[in-house]
Amino acid sequence: MSASHDQLPEKPRPEYSDENQPYWDGLREHKLLVQRCGGCNTLRHYPRPLCDGCYSLEYDWTELSGSGKVHSWTVSHHPFHPGFKRETPYVTVTVDLAEGLRLQGVLEGNDASALAIGREVELTFNDVDAELTLPGFRLV
Amino acid sequence: MFSLADKTAVTGVGETAYGRESRKSQLTLTLEASLAAINDAGLTPKDIDGVIPYAAGGIVAEDFVTNFGLPDLRYSALTPMGGASPVAALQSATMAVATGVANHVLVALGRGSISGGRITQRLAEMPQMRLVSEFEMPIGTNAPAQFYAHMARRHMELFGTTSEQLAEVAMTCRRHAQMNERAMMRKPMTLADHQASRMIADPLHLFDCCLESAGAAAVVISSVERAKDSPHRPVLIGGVAEGHPDSPSAITQRPDMTRLGIARAAPIAFAMAGVEHSDIDVAEIYDCFTYIVLCQLEDMGFCAKGEGGDFVSNGRISLGGELPVNTHGGLLSEAHIAGMNHIVELVRQLRGDCGERQVKDAEVGLVTGFGDLGDGSIAVMHR
Ligand SMILES: [Zn+2]
Repeated sequence: MSASHDQLPEKPRPEYSDENQPYWDGLREHKLLVQRCGGCNTLRHYPRPLCDGCYSLEYDWTELSGSGKVHSWTVSHHPFHPGFKRETPYVTVTVDLAEGLRLQGVLEGNDASALAIGREVELTFNDVDAELTLPGFRLV
Repeated sequence: MFSLADKTAVTGVGETAYGRESRKSQLTLTLEASLAAINDAGLTPKDIDGVIPYAAGGIVAEDFVTNFGLPDLRYSALTPMGGASPVAALQSATMAVATGVANHVLVALGRGSISGGRITQRLAEMPQMRLVSEFEMPIGTNAPAQFYAHMARRHMELFGTTSEQLAEVAMTCRRHAQMNERAMMRKPMTLADHQASRMIADPLHLFDCCLESAGAAAVVISSVERAKDSPHRPVLIGGVAEGHPDSPSAITQRPDMTRLGIARAAPIAFAMAGVEHSDIDVAEIYDCFTYIVLCQLEDMGFCAKGEGGDFVSNGRISLGGELPVNTHGGLLSEAHIAGMNHIVELVRQLRGDCGERQVKDAEVGLVTGFGDLGDGSIAVMHR
């Protein structure tokens, strides 16, 4: 194989901010943390500064169970980002979490044939390296 | 109440040749199309006192002052909504002209040659993609086909929509493109061709995806009074609106991912224009992906949610059908000029200048825009 085969461009990585850092820190510790509004206790994701219900700027972080049901999915055949070239085709699922938010992640085993709306899944933690863990899912 | 209805007209349209690549820069292409549109309106560049460039294009109003020597630019704006930008710009231009801020507003959009690798990088850097960039790109969701595949898959699962129905949209655009010498893709497409095209992001095949193109198109918006002096039959803007979906920057978190921003804009535009769906003779519908056409037809109320697959079948959206869609071939088969080419086509249809692909007696038509994960825009025009 050519040298270029071994050197794919690096995959995109999250840029950390005050708002999203606890989420990524949580994943690294294999916990799913989301924001909880300090004004009305509503959970929210993706992280953002303000509650759209009560407009409170206050929030803390709370851990979710990681269980959920399939909302939709796709199988990526074309590597739009060349960093994913060796993984295609891969299955990405959008999941309705038990607590009411959604999360997207790669499906373990890469088999879309058993997927259907409402199919039960659970969160997995895919350690990329010491710095980064990505959310994934497996069928239950 | 003040209404924008019938205050303005599209007096000029213009474009460059369309192709996969161009040796000309994006700015050169944009200026070339702009000049064509200004000439078409019977104006000179010195008459232009308003400019709305393409927000995602990296070209600014100052470029038009510099190159055209505009003596008195009074109005400039951006409508950063991806492929919904050009039709949203019609709303902005109409507001500027109807209120007397400007007399002739140029709306111009050019796309230069672009390599595949740059697209995902460029997307990742757009502020409206910040959430996707932070939370979804690292897991391998990097491009529009992947974002929208989740919408299309859910639609299929909920409503029984099929890939064959998506193919109807692609095949219709291709048939229309065969009557358009400007179109990039004129080879006939069969259902078997569509089904055999390689899978990009399931359920979207290659032939569900739009072209990548280099080229430019532009239009001039003038007051109805001034339009009376223009060389062409005036095409009036009867109703125009933009709309944004819930969770506009993250489809994943959208309560109903089968509902787009145009669902909010369409009732406003129809009411403003005082028309019903049955009045629409021709529709140029933003078609970055086949599914997006089907979903917009539902969201505009041409059929109920979930019935888009049936609606696009049996020739209904073909020339000669009940609602001819994308008579130029659309982004799927004419070229990807981010929907500015859809505006140009609608104006030509309502002028009656479309030759072989002319919708007979077209009097009322609509054009839509879609972009940035769900933003929508719509203009209803009439002659
Ligand atoms: Zn709150």
